[in-house]
Amino acid sequence: MEKNTSPVLEIRHMNISFLQYEKGFRQVELPVISDLNLTIEEGEMVAVVGSSGSGKSLLAHGVMGILPYNASMGGEMIYRGQPLTRKRIQKLRGNEIVMVPQSTSYLDPLMKVGQQICKGSRDEEKKKKLNQIFHRFSLEEKVQQQYPFELSGGMTRRIMISTALIENPRLVIADEPTPGLHLKMAKRAMEHFRQLADMGAGVLVITHDLELALETADKVVVFYAGHTIEEANASDFKEVSLLRHPYTRALWKAIPQNGFESIPGIQPYVKEMPKGCPFAPRCEKRTAECEGEIPYRKVRDGYVRCLYDA
Amino acid sequence: MKKKINGRTLLLFWLVLSVLFLTAVCIGGSFLDETARVTDFSRKNISPCIQYPFGTDWLGRDMFARTIRGLSISILIGVCAASVSAVAAFLLGVVSATMGKMADGIVTWLIDLVMGIPHMLLLILICVASGRGLKGVILGVALTHWTSLTRLIRGEVLQLKEQNYVKIAYKLGKGRWYVAMKHMAPQLFPQFVVGLVLLFPHAILHESGITFLGFGLSNEQPAIGIILSEAMKYLVTGKWWLALFPGIMLVLTVICFYTMGDSLRKLIDPASAHQ
Amino acid sequence: MSSSMGKTIGKNIIRMILLVIAVSIAAFTLMTLSPIDPLQANVGQAALGSMSQEQIAKLEEYWGVGQPPLQRYLAWAKDFFTGDMGVSLLYRQEVSKVIAVKLGNSMFLMVMAWVFSGILGFVLGAVAGMHRGRAADKIIRGYCLTVSSTPAFWIAMLLLIVFGVWLKVLPIGLSVPIGVEASGVTFLDRVRHAILPAVTLSITGISNIALHTREKMIDIMESDYVLFARARGESNWQIFKNHGFRNVIGPAMTLQFAAISEIFGGSVLVEQVFSYPGLGQAAVSAGLGSDLPLLMAITIISALFVFGGNLIANILYGVIDPRIRKGEKAV
Repeated sequence: MEKNTSPVLEIRHMNISFLQYEKGFRQVELPVISDLNLTIEEGEMVAVVGSSGSGKSLLAHGVMGILPYNASMGGEMIYRGQPLTRKRIQKLRGNEIVMVPQSTSYLDPLMKVGQQICKGSRDEEKKKKLNQIFHRFSLEEKVQQQYPFELSGGMTRRIMISTALIENPRLVIADEPTPGLHLKMAKRAMEHFRQLADMGAGVLVITHDLELALETADKVVVFYAGHTIEEANASDFKEVSLLRHPYTRALWKAIPQNGFESIPGIQPYVKEMPKGCPFAPRCEKRTAECEGEIPYRKVRDGYVRCLYDA
Repeated sequence: MKKKINGRTLLLFWLVLSVLFLTAVCIGGSFLDETARVTDFSRKNISPCIQYPFGTDWLGRDMFARTIRGLSISILIGVCAASVSAVAAFLLGVVSATMGKMADGIVTWLIDLVMGIPHMLLLILICVASGRGLKGVILGVALTHWTSLTRLIRGEVLQLKEQNYVKIAYKLGKGRWYVAMKHMAPQLFPQFVVGLVLLFPHAILHESGITFLGFGLSNEQPAIGIILSEAMKYLVTGKWWLALFPGIMLVLTVICFYTMGDSLRKLIDPASAHQ
Repeated sequence: MSSSMGKTIGKNIIRMILLVIAVSIAAFTLMTLSPIDPLQANVGQAALGSMSQEQIAKLEEYWGVGQPPLQRYLAWAKDFFTGDMGVSLLYRQEVSKVIAVKLGNSMFLMVMAWVFSGILGFVLGAVAGMHRGRAADKIIRGYCLTVSSTPAFWIAMLLLIVFGVWLKVLPIGLSVPIGVEASGVTFLDRVRHAILPAVTLSITGISNIALHTREKMIDIMESDYVLFARARGESNWQIFKNHGFRNVIGPAMTLQFAAISEIFGGSVLVEQVFSYPGLGQAAVSAGLGSDLPLLMAITIISALFVFGGNLIANILYGVIDPRIRKGEKAV
């Protein structure tokens, strides 16, 4: 592999919005993701952490070019130094760029698991590789002949990760790969992604589980109400004072070992998005300026979208 | 920049256009009753021209007047029969879903029974049973069209029954009938209206079919099926306009009803908010 | 095949038998309600004259007024069960013989239409569903909606005008050339006469299966698993081959078997236009001529076909879908 110094994936100012009818006959545009920024280097595992309903799944769909027809996307995506255009992603997805889906519904209910992983191909090489993967995941070979409805939750998870391993990916995007798994299984799943990263691929894991993400990821991007509000090194989470954004600190405090404290309020709904900082209504330190434009700026080897960093 | 017409406005446009067309046919039909009957041998067998856009028949009757008159009769019969059918479907659907296993079994059995005999054949049977004529047609169409709507309503009600507010109403000791009428009927109403409108085209198609076969009205009542069945006899002699124009108008009418039902359905459907 | 499936099939067959009995009761009741007395209506008809005393007595037994309806039904049912369907008043023959000939003619037509409309409808529906909103979809959907708004008998008339009267390439009516001895009728003659009716039935039959296949295909195309397949770089053709076909064929087959009723109903109208001597035309004649024994028999035969179709549809569904075939485990 040639040495490539540019990051595997760089997303700049990505925004995704939906067109929807309001009352009667008026159409409005609903921004679900606004100004999302992140960078993934080769061999790096980046976790995007946000609570459910923050629009993080759409990030994966946006990169893969599989957004629904009523969605529109803006901003810039750069893959290995070149813009990731529609045409380019159509060529790369499924071999260089792979996605690990969220739930069983992403598996065809009427297709045998083995065939499904190989996309219906009868290639002998592929079959050999499949057997190796099954061995690695301690899945019995007869599972290849089963249908998705016959699998347990943990097996389904492993099958979905297998769909990524059967290719030779340089970028893996995993969309909520762990829910429904026991802690042990979830940790193992995350380790599989870690291995992929150690083998040189860039890995983007989208999750709501900060604790789990911190165990394996190199970098954490915190996602709140459609905005990236902080990009921090996993090591920053060892000490709360190293964190940059009030919401990230709140997340940190919500972890059981750190006090299990939660902050009042809920994430704003896209239609009632406050002006300026989306977190302002729940923030103790908000000032009048928080209603204005908030830049995403570099602070201590990371990024933050806040006027006041401690 | 050109202003883009959004989907819903377009739907409304089609809805209004369909309603206008159908109303025009109905009103026109009631005025053309006399004109449709006038026979005049001095103008028989004229192919379509400016004065007689649909031509005239072998008795010199104006085919345009006859077509519009016939369509208005057919629409009236179809709408009447379909409405009876829809009300029956509503009641049976609600009964089937709320009045216990026994009632459900009977209604589903009845549906299977009616679906088991091909529509046209059942229509013939009912027409024979009622001694043919207008009564037979209305009865026949009404008795054969309730099945699919009943299934739909039944499904809706079964879903509603799982809703919390309905469960609470039961818990509060409200009677089955009270809950059905007070809490469910209002929710079902939109679906019912759409279902009703979508029954019209079916009803009219079957009505025209059964009168075409000769089971319906007498020849003095020029329902559209009768006009077409008369035209059959003159097809071989090359008088194509006798069949073509009345048929086109019938198709247009049916399409209008479909458009009406479909636009209504889409306008009501909350999922169409995402376009 | 699991034993639970055998049980389901058994249950279905029992249900089907009960339904056929119910159909016969319903049809018999309808006939009893008819104000037209078949004997009175057909008095003086050649048929009555040519009947034996015994046959006339039987007619009176079933359709006459003397006895309570229940007894008349039971007497009719007993005879029907033993294969005696009575005598047709119009055709002056045993009903079973009339039905055998007419059904043969109709089957020829209906099987052609059923297969043709099934295959073409499936293909069109799949194409439209895969290309939702694009030109192909709009044309196919437009065609289907127009056709389902068009009465089958009118389409038949148009085809008759174009191919029978103007172009004179196909015959106007009857299943065999007029004036030709039965032995002189070639298979080609039969086909030539069945073409227009079969085409009419196919044209109308396509729309139902195509529209349903399209809907189903759209659901599949919007499913998460197709989204994922797309994310894995599968081409449109691969998506159809791997996921579309697999998931849509079951529902489509089920629908086509359940659509036998539609084709039967359509054939009544179409056979009338082409004066094609099949079961549908016989039903119309029997209805107009108050030939109750024949009408009864046609009703039951067609009900058997419809329920049979439904039964096959149910079984097929179980065979195709592994979730039913293997018996879905409770998760």
